[in-house]
Amino acid sequence: MTEAKNYMYKPWWKITGVLLLIYTFTAGLLLKVPALPALQETIRNLYFHVCMWFAMMILFTISVVNAIKYLRTLNIKYDIYARQFSIMGIVFGILGYITGAIWASYTWADPNKPAYSSFSSIARDPKLIGAAIALLVYFAYLILRDSIQDMDKRARVSAVYNIFAYTMLFPAIWILPRILPSLHPGNEGNPALDVKNDISGNMRMVFYPAVIGWTLLGVWITTLKIRIALLKEKKMMS
Amino acid sequence: MIRFFKNCIMLVFMMLSTLATFAQEKEVEMADTMRSNGRIYVVVAVMLTILFGLILYIVRLDKKISKLEKEN
Repeated sequence: MTEAKNYMYKPWWKITGVLLLIYTFTAGLLLKVPALPALQETIRNLYFHVCMWFAMMILFTISVVNAIKYLRTLNIKYDIYARQFSIMGIVFGILGYITGAIWASYTWADPNKPAYSSFSSIARDPKLIGAAIALLVYFAYLILRDSIQDMDKRARVSAVYNIFAYTMLFPAIWILPRILPSLHPGNEGNPALDVKNDISGNMRMVFYPAVIGWTLLGVWITTLKIRIALLKEKKMMS
Repeated sequence: MIRFFKNCIMLVFMMLSTLATFAQEKEVEMADTMRSNGRIYVVVAVMLTILFGLILYIVRLDKKISKLEKEN
């Protein structure tokens, strides 16, 4: 247990994450928000829906860093890290997609028609398609991984693919939505939303802690999965 | 262990510093908190309960895995 005494076993960041989430859930629902037409109280979804995407981006970044670390050291440990972080990133991405779909069906839809009849115009939104492409590229990562039997080959091929998948994120969710018109907030400048100008100071006070809280929760769950995977690996080796 | 407590104290301090900023816009408190403001507090209570339930589950999982690691 000497080398195992790393950040995964320290409780302080887990406590921070939980406290920040408690703060998000209370302050996020109780604090005053700007009253805007169409959005109304749904503006509070910012603390949940947007944070999913932020957490996804951070988890994918950790994943690609570990993939590069694997290629540099060929230590199978980093391959396990990269895999688990990308899975958690996908989970957050799916949650972000679902929450976005619910939010959009109440704020973008034509109020005079039933929600499903506006579906075709909403589904064509370039930001949604970009996010879908990004997630599909990561699904392919998992499929690719599990289709290779040899452990070292699997680790090497998937580490290289991980770098490719990460670079695909940039055209899919950062560049493409900037070029095309979209219903999604933040058309000029930041593709998802301009944190400095679109969010009032009052909301930023909850938004930043919320991003950190959700990310820490994601990292916590990932470390649990990593620890199980490491145990499994140890058993296989002995 | 001392470092852990140090971190905890720092954390509490950080949380308090954010509290101070949003205490400024607090109105006069009424006795019926759970009924006021369109009963939004009930929603907060429900959501916090779910959050606590999930966190408790993860904490237990964490402990179980730690036990497994010690056995190996």
